Amino acid sequence: MSLTLLNVIVAVVIAIAFAAANAAYLVWAERRGAARIQRRPGPNINGPFGLLQPPLDGIKLMTKQLMIPGGADKILFMVAPVLAMAPAIMSFVTIPFSKGIAAHNMEIGVLMIFAFASMGAMAILFAGWGSRNKYSVMASVRAVSQNVSYEIPMLITAITVVMVNGSMDLKAISLAQAGGFWHWNIFPSLHSPLMPISFIIFFICSLAETNRAPFDLGEAESELVAGFHTEYGSMGFGLFFMGEYANIVIGASLTTILFLGGWDCPFGMFPGVWWFLLKIYLLIATFIWIRWTFPRTTIYGLLNLSWKILIPISLFNLLLTAGLLKVF
Amino acid sequence: MGGYFSDIFNGSKSLLIGMGITFREFFKPTVTVQYPYQTLKMSARFRGHIELIADEEGNPKCVACGMCQRACPSGCISLDSVSVDIEVDGKVKKKKVLSKYDLDFTKCSLCGQCVENCNFGAIDFSKEYNLASTRKEDFHFNLLKRLEERNA
Repeated sequence: MSLTLLNVIVAVVIAIAFAAANAAYLVWAERRGAARIQRRPGPNINGPFGLLQPPLDGIKLMTKQLMIPGGADKILFMVAPVLAMAPAIMSFVTIPFSKGIAAHNMEIGVLMIFAFASMGAMAILFAGWGSRNKYSVMASVRAVSQNVSYEIPMLITAITVVMVNGSMDLKAISLAQAGGFWHWNIFPSLHSPLMPISFIIFFICSLAETNRAPFDLGEAESELVAGFHTEYGSMGFGLFFMGEYANIVIGASLTTILFLGGWDCPFGMFPGVWWFLLKIYLLIATFIWIRWTFPRTTIYGLLNLSWKILIPISLFNLLLTAGLLKVF
Repeated sequence: MGGYFSDIFNGSKSLLIGMGITFREFFKPTVTVQYPYQTLKMSARFRGHIELIADEEGNPKCVACGMCQRACPSGCISLDSVSVDIEVDGKVKKKKVLSKYDLDFTKCSLCGQCVENCNFGAIDFSKEYNLASTRKEDFHFNLLKRLEERNA
């Protein structure tokens, strides 16, 4: 019993450390990447290549006073940033980084990650409602409608993958794709000829679920000041930020496991955790690349994309896969 | 229905073209100037605050005629002169020598009337633009002293 408790503590500490380190250095990568795309050097003063920028930003955030606006709902206001960060850390627990590296492998890993991911919308709603700020409320309403409408195609494509692999266990899904890139779920198979489209839908949905540009309507700076975190300063804001980046890592990990073979090497050699990390960081680089390429969509464009394009196509794909699984 | 799929196709294509452009920009060299460490050379017609011009010996070219002071619409130039006896060809002559040239840059609108009106080419715009202070007095320039500092 004590050993399992110790296991839990170690796993949680590692998950928090991994999430925090990723959040800090993805901000750095994002700023450097954005700068390169805009043909400027980005943060380059503090340390070599500006690598000391994230810890210094952290110190700045932590030394600021935590302010609660007058008339705000104190409990919701304080709970929201924690609720943004905690589910993200929880989701790390079940992600298998390699055959032997997973805090706790669950048979329903896919379900668990989606269950925790859906709590992110609640954090945004609490933050917007609790702030007593009109901009925040508008932003949170937008973000929630966005999250709800993008969860549907995301889940439908995930169900397609689960049906093809016959398991909700993330480790089993990864293992089913082992042995070269032609086994990966991203490539069309007999049972699911539309898999590349599923991958694109899943990728678009994970962009939208993490409230990233071009779907960052929840924090649309040009219209809603800073959206749902307008009233947050200090580490409250820091937690929202860390939660966002942790969610990006989870989105990339999930995409890697469901479509890109997890820790499998494309040529069937040296499978291991480095392949997994390489794949997720390539996906994250694409996230950053997309953010700094496209302008923000409108709320109508965003909802139309989900309800008129992504949901019908993913539903058709689900039906087709189900039919083909039954036939073959 | 045909429009539906062609919209998706054309939209996706344009998104990929956009991503291609940013991908190429990513590898191009930066174009910004790292300001405190690098500065741009100011163009010939840049107008900083005015500065006295020295002759070959390092003395101000200014003869203290006061045209600039009168031309200034904002009244930000104040100058003064003293008579000094100098020997020219064995005779003692009196000559006006500039003793004070103050510029109140807080009022200056950089219209350039002083430079236009100077018949001796004794003042010109400087290329100084790194001017920032929280105190008004920092913008009251003693141009004579600045000239001496430049000569030193």
